[in-house]
Amino acid sequence: MKLDINGTVREVEAPPEMPLLWVIRDLLGFTGTKFGCGMAQCGACTVHLDGQPVRSCVTPVSTVGTRKVRTIEGLSPDGSHPVQRAWAEADVVQCGYCQSGQIMTTVALLEQNPSPSDTDIDAALSGNICRCGTYVRIREAVHLAARLSHGGGK
Amino acid sequence: MTLTRRDLLRTTATSTAGLVVAFHVPRVARAAGPAAPPLPPANAFLRIGADDSVTVLLAHSEMGQGSWTGLAMLVAEELDCDWSKVRCEHAPAAPVYAHPAFGVQMTGGSSATWSEFDRYRQVGATAKDMLIRAAAARWKVSPAACRAAGGKVIHGKDELSYGKLAEAAMKLAPPKTVSLKEPKDWKLIGTKVRRLDTPEKITGKAKFGMDVQFPDLRTAVVARPPAFGAKLAKFDATAALKVPGVEKVVPTANGVAVVAKHFWAAKLGRDALKIDWTPPEGGGVDTPKQMAEFHDKAKAPGAIAKTKGDIDAGLTGAKTKLVAEYEVPYLAHAPMEPLNCTVKIDGDRAEIWTGTQFQSIDQMVAGAILGHSPDKARDKVTIHTMFLGGGFGRRATPTSDFVSEAVIVAKAAGVPVKVVWTREDDIHGGYYRPAYVHRIQAGLDDKGRPVAWDHVVVGQSIVAGTPFEGMLAQHGVDSTSVEGLVESPYLESTGAVRVSLHSPKPPIPVLWWRSVGNTHTAFAMEGMIDEAAHAAGADPLAYRLALLKEKPRHAAALALAADKAGWSSPPPPGRARGIAVHESFRSIVAEVAEVSVENGRIRVHSVTCAVDCGTAINPLAIEAQVQGSVAFGLSAVLYGKLTFAGGRVQQSNFHDYPVVRMWDMPKIDVHIIQGKGAPMGGIGEPATAPIAPAVANAVFALTKQRLRTLPLKLA
Amino acid sequence: MKRSGICFVLVLSACGAKPAASTSGTGGPASGNQGLVAFETVRGVLQHARCQNCHPRGDTPLQGDDGRPHLQNVQRGPDGHGMVGERCTTCHGPMNPPDSYGPHTPPGVTTGWRMPKPDQRLVFVGVAPGALCEQVKDPARNGGKDMAALRAHLDDPLVTWAWSPGFGRTPPPVSRQAFLDAWTTWANAGAPCPK
Repeated sequence: MKLDINGTVREVEAPPEMPLLWVIRDLLGFTGTKFGCGMAQCGACTVHLDGQPVRSCVTPVSTVGTRKVRTIEGLSPDGSHPVQRAWAEADVVQCGYCQSGQIMTTVALLEQNPSPSDTDIDAALSGNICRCGTYVRIREAVHLAARLSHGGGK
Repeated sequence: MTLTRRDLLRTTATSTAGLVVAFHVPRVARAAGPAAPPLPPANAFLRIGADDSVTVLLAHSEMGQGSWTGLAMLVAEELDCDWSKVRCEHAPAAPVYAHPAFGVQMTGGSSATWSEFDRYRQVGATAKDMLIRAAAARWKVSPAACRAAGGKVIHGKDELSYGKLAEAAMKLAPPKTVSLKEPKDWKLIGTKVRRLDTPEKITGKAKFGMDVQFPDLRTAVVARPPAFGAKLAKFDATAALKVPGVEKVVPTANGVAVVAKHFWAAKLGRDALKIDWTPPEGGGVDTPKQMAEFHDKAKAPGAIAKTKGDIDAGLTGAKTKLVAEYEVPYLAHAPMEPLNCTVKIDGDRAEIWTGTQFQSIDQMVAGAILGHSPDKARDKVTIHTMFLGGGFGRRATPTSDFVSEAVIVAKAAGVPVKVVWTREDDIHGGYYRPAYVHRIQAGLDDKGRPVAWDHVVVGQSIVAGTPFEGMLAQHGVDSTSVEGLVESPYLESTGAVRVSLHSPKPPIPVLWWRSVGNTHTAFAMEGMIDEAAHAAGADPLAYRLALLKEKPRHAAALALAADKAGWSSPPPPGRARGIAVHESFRSIVAEVAEVSVENGRIRVHSVTCAVDCGTAINPLAIEAQVQGSVAFGLSAVLYGKLTFAGGRVQQSNFHDYPVVRMWDMPKIDVHIIQGKGAPMGGIGEPATAPIAPAVANAVFALTKQRLRTLPLKLA
Repeated sequence: MKRSGICFVLVLSACGAKPAASTSGTGGPASGNQGLVAFETVRGVLQHARCQNCHPRGDTPLQGDDGRPHLQNVQRGPDGHGMVGERCTTCHGPMNPPDSYGPHTPPGVTTGWRMPKPDQRLVFVGVAPGALCEQVKDPARNGGKDMAALRAHLDDPLVTWAWSPGFGRTPPPVSRQAFLDAWTTWANAGAPCPK
C-alpha cells in the first residue's frame, strides 16, 4: 500500500491491521514517534493525519488511505518550527521520550487555536502523559510558541 | 581504603530463576582517608576535536535528570572552553567510569552531581593544564605566562584554539595535581544553563533503546508468568509460528519469547502462544489479606532500627497519646519508555544497546550467561548506553532482569534481538515500590511536644537477597525501609524513641522507586507531626519550627516555603494549605500545597517549594527536577495503586494505573536556597517525598478528614 | 433506576394490567399504555452506559460500564467533537480496533465519535423517565429533530455501535431490534411520557 508520509509517498508492505505506529517505526524507520502504551492512553505515538492529531498506536494502517501523515520528523529538518523553538527556549525536555507526542499535539492545537488559554491547553494536552513531569514548562512553551508563531497567546 | 574489582564483585551462579549473578557491594565503598585519589585520566572523559568540539563522556546515564548538561558544565567550568562547542556522549561500560562513591558504574541515589563534582572538574582542569603546556611549548614560552579562555590558549597577542592544540596536548604527561577554581571565580557553575540534549529530543532524532535498528535485527516479545510465583510448565508454539513475520519461538528462564521481523508480528505471535503455567504455591499474594497481615504485624515491635530512652515509660507518662496507622500500596515506576534491550551475540562476545542505570552489573550478568567471569566480561561484553525514556529506579535492577532476559533470547534465537516490553508487561513485570504500613504511637507532653515516639514499619525489604544487602542492611534492618525516620529531625529532643521494622518476604519483586524509602516515611512522619500539631492546637508551621530550633537548614526551608506560599494570609475561599519538610539524599525540601475539593476530587492548585541542596550547579535543572519530582509524587498521592489477586497484578496500563496529566498539574514555584558551606546534596529525588504529606495535611486543613492511606481517598 | 424500570415492565406484563389512560399521547388509551411500556424499554437503552456515557450532565463524557469520568480531561467542545488538540477522533477511529489490539482500546465508528452539541446537550444521565421522554421529543432540545428525524438518528452508526461495542463492553439490555420495535410502538402510540 501507499503511505503519504512527511510529503513523500512511500510504498509499504504491511498487514492491513498493523498499527500505523509500527509501520512508521519498524517498516519505515521513523523512530521519532514513540510507543508508550499501545491503547491511546499516553499520546507518545501522536502523529497528524491531514493535520489532525491521532494516536497511531490504535490506527490500523489500512484506515489511513490517502490522508497525509506527518510525524515529528516532518515538522522541520532542524528544530526550527516555532513550537520546537519554544520547547528549546523553555528548556522543557527531561528524558524526552514523550516530547514528540507533546509537540505534535501542540502544533495541531496552535494551528487551530493560535492563542490558547490555560483551559485550552489542559483540554488539548491531557491526553499526553509525561512521567518526568515537564507539564509546567510545556505550558510555558505552548504560550511561548503561540507568541512566536502568531503573535498571540494569553 | 583501596578496593579491587574482586572485592567489589563476587560472582556466583544460582539456580532459582535461571541464571542469577550475585555480586557484593561493600559497606564502605568510598575512600575516606586524607590521601587524595589520583586524578582521573582525562582522555577517558574528554575528547577535543580538531574542529574545537569538546565531547564529554558521561559515566552516568541521562534519564531526564540532566547529567548530560550538568556534568559537562563541571568540565567546561575548569576547561574554560566555548560552551557552544560542548557535546556529550554516554561512556562505554568500563571500570574507569565506576561511580566515585558506589564503586560500580551506575546512575542512582540522586548522586551524579555531588559524586562527580571533583572528578569532572579535575578532568577539565587536567585537560586545560595540558593544552596550556602544549601551547607554551609551541610558542617556546613558560606555561605560567599563558592563560586559557573561551576555548583558546592566549599569550600576549598570540592565541591558539583548543582544537589546534589537542593532538599535541594529548601526547604530554598529565599533571600530578591540579588546582580547582575558587567558587568566586566560577563562570558557569551556578548559572542557568539550558540542556544540551534538547536539539535531539525535540526533533525525534534522540536514540532511546527502543529506537535501535540495524539490518538483521529482530524484535522479540516475551510471555512472562501471569502471576508472581507461577512457573512455566509447557507451551505450544504451533499457532505462533504461523503468524506472518514470526521466525522463532524460544524459551527464556521462566517464559517464552517470540522472535519476529517486527514488533507487531512478535506481539501477535505471543498472543497465539498456548502456555500452561503452574500456579503460585500457596495461591499467591492477595492484597486485602496481605494488608491485614501487615496491620497485624505492626501491633508489635520488629527489628530495632533505633532506640533511645524507655519507650514504655515514655508513652505511659505522656500527657496525651496519639496512635495512627499509615498505609501505602505497591507502585510501578511506569517510565514512558517501556523496557527494552537489544543484544547481538558474536561467538563469545556480546554487544548490548539499552537504556540502563546499572552498566557494570548488566555487563557481568550478560558475561556470565556467555560463560565469562566478571573480569572477562569487561572485555567480552560491550554496552552502548542509549537515552533512557525515564528510569526512576526501574532500570537499576540488581538482577539486570531486562538485560539478562534479552541475552538469553538472543543466545537461544541465534540472531540479534531487541526484546520489547509492552506497557502491560511493564505494569505486570514487577520490581515495584513495596507496600508499607506504619503504626505510630506518639506521646506528647503538656505543651504538645513529642516526648515518646514508637514507630513500627512493616514492608518488604528492597535489598534483601541482593548484592546491596551488605551495604544497606544491618542487623536485619534494611536502612532504606526506615530512612527518614531514624534520623528524623523532629525526634532529636524526644526522650524516648523506638523505630522498628518488620520485613516480610512475599514473592513480589521490589525495588527502589524515585526517592526510595522516603516515599512512605515522609508521608507517615510528616502526617503524624501534623496530627501532633493539631492535638497541641498549634499552627502546623509554628509547631514544626519550634521542634526544629536546632535544625536551621530545615527551619529555613520551611520558613521560605511558607513565606512564598503566603502562609500567614488566609488561602482563597474553598482552599486550604498543608506543609511538610523532609531531608533525603543530603538535600532538604519544604513544600506547601494549596488544595480544594471539586466534585469530590482533590485538586492541588499550587505547590511552593523551598530547596536546600547545598551548592547549586544549574538552577534551571534544579527547578526542573523539583517540578518533576512533585509531579511523580503527586501521581502516587492521587492515583497510584497496584493490587494483587492470586499473585496476579490487577492493573495493566494507564487506564487503571493513572498518572498525573496536564490538567492535574499544579502551579509549582521553586525557591533555591544557596547553601552556604552545606555539602552538596542530590536533586533528582528529594522533592518527591514531601508532596504526599503536604497534600494530605492540606486536605485535613480543608475537610478535617485525616487521610492516612495513599492514594488519598475522601470519605 | 434501571432495575426499578425493569420491575415496572415486569409487573405490568405479568398482571396484564391495563390502567386507565393518563398520558400525554394522542393515541387511544390502550395504545397509550403500550406506548408507556414501550418507552420504558427505550429508556432502559438510553440510560445504559453505552448510550448515556456520551449524554452526561456536564461536559465530560463518561466511560466504562460504571460510567466514570473519561480520563484525559476529555471535553464536549464547541461542536460536540471534543476540544482542539484532543478531538474525539484523536483516539476514536473509524471503526472498533481489531481484537488483536486488546481490551480498553478506544472504539470507533465511520461517522465519527462525538457528543451532542453544547446547545442541545440531551442529557440522559440521572434524568427521571418523564423528563427524559419530554426532552427527547422536544425539537428545541434535541437538535431540531421531529419524530422521523429522531428515528433516523437511531440508524446512525454511532447509535448502532451500542450493539457491537467491541472488546468486553456490555451492550444495552435489549437487542437492537427489540429497541427499535419498542421505539416504533412508543412513537405510534403518540410518544407518551410517564408522569
